[in-house]
Amino acid sequence: MKINLKVWRQKNSSDKGGIKSYVVNDVNPDMSFLEMFDVLNEQLVHEGEEPIAFDHDCREGICGMCSMYINGRAHGPMHGTTTCQLYMRHFKDGETIVVEPWRAKAFPVLRDLVVDRTAFDKIISAGGFISVNTGQAIDANAIAVSKANAEEAMDAAACIGCGACVAACKNASAMLFTSAKVSQLALLPQGDPERKVRVLKMVEAHDEAGFGSCTNTGACEAECPKEISISHIARLNREFALASLEN
Amino acid sequence: MIESLKIFYTTTGRKLLMALTGLFLVTFLVEHLYGNLLLYKMDGGKAFEEYSEFMAGNLLIRTVEYILFSAIILHAIDGLLITLANRKARPVSYEMNRQTRNSTWFSRNMGLTGAVILFFLVVHLRNFFFVFRFGQIEGTMSQYIAKSFQIPWYSSLYVFSMVLLGMHLNHGFQSAFQTIGLNNKKYKVTLKYLGTFIALFFMIGFASFPIVFYFDICGVASNILGQ
Amino acid sequence: MSTLNSKIPSGSLPEKWTHYKELVKLVNPANKRKLDVIVIGTGLAGGAAAASLAELGYKVKAFCFQDSPRRAHSIAAQGGINAAKNYKNDGDSVFRLFYDTIKGGDFRAREGNVHRLAEVSVNIIDQCVAQGVPFAREYGGLLDNRSFGGAQVSRTFYARGQTGQQLLLGAYQALERQVGLGTVQMYSRHEMVELVIVDGKARGIIARDLVTGELTKHFGHAVLLASGGYGNVFYLSTNAMGSNVTAAWKAHKKGAYFGNPCYTQIHPTCIPVTGEYQSKLTLMSESLRNDGRVWVPKTKEDAQAIREGKKTAVDIKEDDRDYYLERKYPSYGNLCPRDIASRAAKEACDDGRGIVPSGLGVFLDFADAIKRLGVDVVKARYGELFPMYQNITNDDPLKTPMKIYPAVHYTMGGLWVDYELMTTVPGLYCLGEANFSDHGANRLGASALMQGLADGYFVIPYTLGNYLSSEIFTKPIPTDHPAFVEAEKSARDRMNQFLNVKGKTSVEEFHKRLGKIMWEYCGMARTAEGLKKARTLIQQLRENFWKDVRVLGEINSFNSDLDKAGRVADFIELAELMVIDALNRNESCGGHFRSEYQDAGEAKRDDENYRYAAAWEFTGVGADPVLHKEQLEFDSVELQVRSYK
Ligand SMILES: Cc1cc2nc3c(=O)[nH]c(=O)nc-3n(C[C@H](O)[C@H](O)[C@H](O)COP(=O)(O)OP(=O)(O)OC[C@H]3O[C@@H](n4cnc5c(N)ncnc54)[C@H](O)[C@@H]3O)c2cc1C
Ligand code: HEM
Ligand code: HEM
Ligand code: SF4
Ligand code: F3S
Ligand code: FES
Repeated sequence: MKINLKVWRQKNSSDKGGIKSYVVNDVNPDMSFLEMFDVLNEQLVHEGEEPIAFDHDCREGICGMCSMYINGRAHGPMHGTTTCQLYMRHFKDGETIVVEPWRAKAFPVLRDLVVDRTAFDKIISAGGFISVNTGQAIDANAIAVSKANAEEAMDAAACIGCGACVAACKNASAMLFTSAKVSQLALLPQGDPERKVRVLKMVEAHDEAGFGSCTNTGACEAECPKEISISHIARLNREFALASLEN
Repeated sequence: MIESLKIFYTTTGRKLLMALTGLFLVTFLVEHLYGNLLLYKMDGGKAFEEYSEFMAGNLLIRTVEYILFSAIILHAIDGLLITLANRKARPVSYEMNRQTRNSTWFSRNMGLTGAVILFFLVVHLRNFFFVFRFGQIEGTMSQYIAKSFQIPWYSSLYVFSMVLLGMHLNHGFQSAFQTIGLNNKKYKVTLKYLGTFIALFFMIGFASFPIVFYFDICGVASNILGQ
Repeated sequence: MSTLNSKIPSGSLPEKWTHYKELVKLVNPANKRKLDVIVIGTGLAGGAAAASLAELGYKVKAFCFQDSPRRAHSIAAQGGINAAKNYKNDGDSVFRLFYDTIKGGDFRAREGNVHRLAEVSVNIIDQCVAQGVPFAREYGGLLDNRSFGGAQVSRTFYARGQTGQQLLLGAYQALERQVGLGTVQMYSRHEMVELVIVDGKARGIIARDLVTGELTKHFGHAVLLASGGYGNVFYLSTNAMGSNVTAAWKAHKKGAYFGNPCYTQIHPTCIPVTGEYQSKLTLMSESLRNDGRVWVPKTKEDAQAIREGKKTAVDIKEDDRDYYLERKYPSYGNLCPRDIASRAAKEACDDGRGIVPSGLGVFLDFADAIKRLGVDVVKARYGELFPMYQNITNDDPLKTPMKIYPAVHYTMGGLWVDYELMTTVPGLYCLGEANFSDHGANRLGASALMQGLADGYFVIPYTLGNYLSSEIFTKPIPTDHPAFVEAEKSARDRMNQFLNVKGKTSVEEFHKRLGKIMWEYCGMARTAEGLKKARTLIQQLRENFWKDVRVLGEINSFNSDLDKAGRVADFIELAELMVIDALNRNESCGGHFRSEYQDAGEAKRDDENYRYAAAWEFTGVGADPVLHKEQLEFDSVELQVRSYK
C-alpha cells in the first residue's frame, strides 16, 4: 500500500508549527499505525530529516501513551482502539491521512505529535485516591463488594488516561477521565469516607488545569479506546451536587 | 450560603445551574403551551382571554414570572459564559476534525440554538409581553396575536425559532438529566427518546400557531378576528 | 574471587523476616524529613516504594521516562498476582507458595528472600483492596481467584485481563497522593543517565529532562533503582518500547554487580512475528492455556500445507494432531511452566511442523473448550483477549485456533542485591524486575507483580531505614560537588559522541541487528559454540555502532532518537555480558537452556557446580568481567529435578 501523510510538525512548545506532507510506500496492511510511523521515521533519518516525535510505549493499548488525532478522529477511525492498536488494513491504498496532536489548552504540544498531559496527574493528585498508608489495611475479604458494583468500578477503572476524551470533546473537557476515577472510587465501600472531598477537589483541579466543561455531547464516550461510559459523568455530577449541598 | 454559591464557579456547578434553569424553563413551556392552545378553542378567544387575565391578576403567578425572567437571564448568561470558556479550552483548532462521527449537531451547537432562542425571546417579549402589559393594543390579546401572525416575516421568524428550540431541547432535555446526575446506563435510552419526543412536541406545538394563523387553517384566525 | 554477603538473617526460615523486622534499626520521624531518597522508576516496585517511603516521612524524588508515572510497563501485565491467602481452602499456604516459587525457579533463588516474598504476599492483597483496586469478585462479594501456569492451587488474584494496570494505578494513586501532599517530587519524562557516587556511596543521579534535553543533577542519601527488565535487548519482546537497562547498566559500570544476566524468560503464548517492520510482540495471557490446547500437525506435510494456505486447522483430523504438551507432560499438560512450554514449541517448529508462513508458530485451540463450556462462557472468560487477538491478526479465535509462538518476556537477571535489596554499592538499592530477584532461573506466572509490590510496599520501607539510620548526620551534598560535575560531563560527552558519529545507519537498525544476534544465539536454546560466535558478533556490532550510527537533532531539545541511542548502546554492552554468563553456566536451568546439557530434551541442572548466583563485576567495555559467586544454600527444601510430567 501507498499512504500519503500530512503530519503536524512543531519543534517545541513555542514554535508555531505546521502540517508537512510525506509519502510512505510499501505499507503492509498488517502493520500497526505506529509501525508505519516507524518506517517513515527510518526513511526520514535516512534522508537526514529529524524523525517525527510521537508518544508510545506499550503498543498493546494499555499504557495510554500513544495519542494521535488521525483524520479528524482521536485514535483514528476505529471504535474502541488506541492508535497503537490501529492497523493499516483499515485504510485504503493511496489514501491521504492527516495526523495531528491532541489539541487542548491543558495539553500543550511539546514537539510534533507529543503533548504534555501532566494535567491528568494533577487531577488524580487532587483526590483520585483512597488515603490508606502502606500497612494500614485490614484483611482483603473483610470488605464484601457486590459483584455488580465491583464490575462497574472495574469498567470505570479501565481508563488508560490517554486523553482521547479531551481531544475529541469540542470543549476540551476532561470530564470522562475525571468521572471515571470518581465513579470507580464512589462505587467501592473503601472509597466512601472521602467521596465528598474527592469529587469537589478533583473538579477543582480539572478546572484549574484549563479543561472546558462538559456539555454532554458524548464525543468522548464514542472515541474512548476503553469505551468508558458517560454514565460515569452522570455519577460525578450527582456526587458533586450532593457534596456541594452538604457544606 | 456564599460558600455553597461558590460551586457555580466550577465547570460542573455552572452546568448544574444551566440544567436547573433549563428544566424550569421546560416546565414553563408546558404551562405556556397549554395557555396558548386555548386559542384553538374556536370561541372567539374567550377562554384564552380569561386565562391570561387570571394569570396577569394572580399574585403568585406574578412572582413566578420574576423567577422565570431571572431563570432566562441566568440561563442565557451562564450559557454564554460556558460557551466562551469552552472555546478558550482549545486555543488551536484541528486541521481536520470529524465531529459528525462522534456526536450530534444538536449537542455541539447549544450555544448557537440558544442564542437564536434568546433573539426570538427579545422579539417575542417586546411584541407580546410588553405591549400587553405596558402598552396599548387594539382589540383583544388574541386578536392581536392573530393579526401579528398575518405578517409573513414575523411568522417565519417564529417557525424558524421553534425549529431551533426543538433542536435545543432535543439535546437539552436529556442533557439536563445527565447534568443533575439522574442518568445511568438504564435510563439513558429512555431519556434520549423522551428528550426527542418533548422537543418535537414543543416544536410542533408552538410552531403550529404562526402556521395555523397565517394560513387560517380550519378558520382559526377568522374565528378569533370575528370575520 | 570474593564472596558476596547476602546478609540473610539467622533463624529458621519462617522466622527470618520477623526477626529482621524486630531488630532492624529505625529512623525517627524528625530525621526522616531530613533524608532524601531518589527512586528511579514508578512501576509497581518504584511506585509502591516511593509512595510508602513518603508516607513514612522521607523526602522522595521519583523519576520515570514516560509522561506520567501511571504508564510504567507494569501496566501491561494481564494475568494476575499470586498471594498465599488460601481463600479457596484448597491447601495453599505461605510455605507452598514459597516452595512453588523456589521449584519454579529451578532452585536458583535464595530461600530467605523467597520465603519473605511468600509471607508478604498476603499483605499486598490487603493493601491493594484497601486502595480500591477492583479485583474480580464472586457473587457473595468476596474475592475471586484463578489458577495460573505452574501452580496446582488457585491463588491468583486478578482484575479482568488488566491486573497489572489496576495494581499500578493503585500504587500510582498512592504516589500522586504524596505528590499532592508535597512529600514526593515527581519528575516524569526524565531519564536517569548516570549514577553519582561520593566516597563510595550512591549519592545521586544525573537525569536528562526528555523535553528540554537539559541534564539535571539530583542528590539523594540513597538511590533506589526500580527501572524494570531488559528484555528489549532482544529487540522484539513483549516489553514496552521504552523498557531499557540504562539505569541498571550505569550502576553496573559504577560498581554494582550484575546477577545472572543470562536468565531470560521466553513466554510461550505470544502472537507470532509476521514481518520485518514489527516493533514488538504481543503477549496473549497465559490464562488462555487453562482452556486452550496447544497442537501442531503430526506430519510435516500437513504443516507445510497449512503454511502454504492449502489446508487450514479444521482440515487436520483429530488423529493427525499432536497435542504435544499433553503428550509429553500428562500431569500438567497445557499448564506446564513457561520455559517448558516454550521449548516444546520451538522443538515442534524446528521439526518442520510450524503452522505460520515463517514456520515459527503453533496452534492454541479453543474448540474443545467451546464444545464443553459453550461460546458464551469462553468469550466471557477471555473477554478482552479474543478481540485483541482478532484486531491484531484479523483472525477470530472462536472460529479458527489462535496462532502463537514464544517470545522474550521477562528477565530474571538484574543487579545483584542482598537480603536488604542493596546492591554492592552502599546506598544503592534495586527493586522489582531490575534486580536479580527472587525468581531464580525462571519466574512463575503472576509472581512478578507480587515481587514488585513486595519489594516496594513491604521490604524496602524496613531495609532502607537500616542504612539511613546511620546517614542522619550526612548533610545534603550540593550538586556542584566534583562527583556530580564529573558525572554530568561524562553523560554529556556520551551524547555528543552519538551525535558526532554522523554515520549512515539508524539506531533502530542497530537495535534490530542486536536483537537478531541475541535471539539466534542466546535465545531459547544456547550452545557454547553459538555463544562464542555471538560474543564476536556483538563486539563487531558495538564497534560498528560507534563508527556508523546516525543520530540527528540536538542535545538540548526533545530528541527521542538520542534517548534511544543511549539505550541501545547500553543494550549492546549488556548483551555481551549475557552471552558471557550463558557461556559460563554449563548447565540447563529454567530460562537458560544449553543444548549440550539435556536429558532427552529435559533441562539438566548441575547442582554440584552451578548451585550459585553469578554476580559479575564490570571491568571495562569489552573486557572480561570478574565473576563472583553467591553459593545458594537450601535448608528447607530438597533439591529435586523439576518434573512436570
Ligand atoms: C505483557 C506482559 C504481561 C505480564 N503479565 C504479568 C502477570 O500477569 N503477572 C505477573 O506477575 N507479571 C507479569 N508480567 C511481568 C511484570 O509486569 C513485570 O515484571 C513488572 O511489572 C515489573 O515491574 P517493575 O516495577 O520492576 O518495572 P516497570 O513496571 O517496568 O517500571 C520501570 C520504571 O522504570 C522507569 N525507568 C526505566 N528506566 C529508566 C531510566 N533510565 N530513568 C528513569 N526511569 C526509568 C520507567 O519509566 C518505569 O517507570 C508481565 C510482563 C509483560 C511484559
Ligand atoms: C435564552 C436563550 C438561551 C440560551 C443562550 C441557551 C443556551 C444554552 C446552553 C449554552 C446550554 C448548555 C449546553 C448543553 O448543556 O449542552 C443550554 C442548555 C439547556 N437549555 Fe438553553 N438556552 C437558552 C434558552 C433555553 C430555553 C428557552 C430553554 C427551555 C425552554 C432551554 C433549555 C435548556 C435545557 C433543558 C438545557 C440543558 C441543560 C444541561 O445540559 O444541563 N434553554 N442552553
Ligand atoms: C409561538 C407561539 C407562542 C405564542 C402564540 C406566544 C404568545 C405569548 C403571549 C400572548 C404572551 C403574553 C402573555 C401575557 O402577557 O400574559 C407571551 C409571553 C411570553 N412568552 Fe410566549 N408565545 C409563544 C411561544 C413562546 C416560546 C416558544 C417561548 C419560550 C421559549 C415563549 C416565552 C414567553 C415568555 C417568557 C413570556 C412572558 C412571560 C409570561 O407572560 O408568561 N413564548 N407569549
Ligand atoms: S476516559 Fe477513555 S479517552 Fe479518556 S483518558 Fe480514559 S481511556 Fe482515554
Ligand atoms: S465529549 Fe465533552 S461535552 Fe462532555 S460528554 Fe464528553 S466531556
Ligand atoms: S502505546 Fe500504550 S496504549 Fe498505545
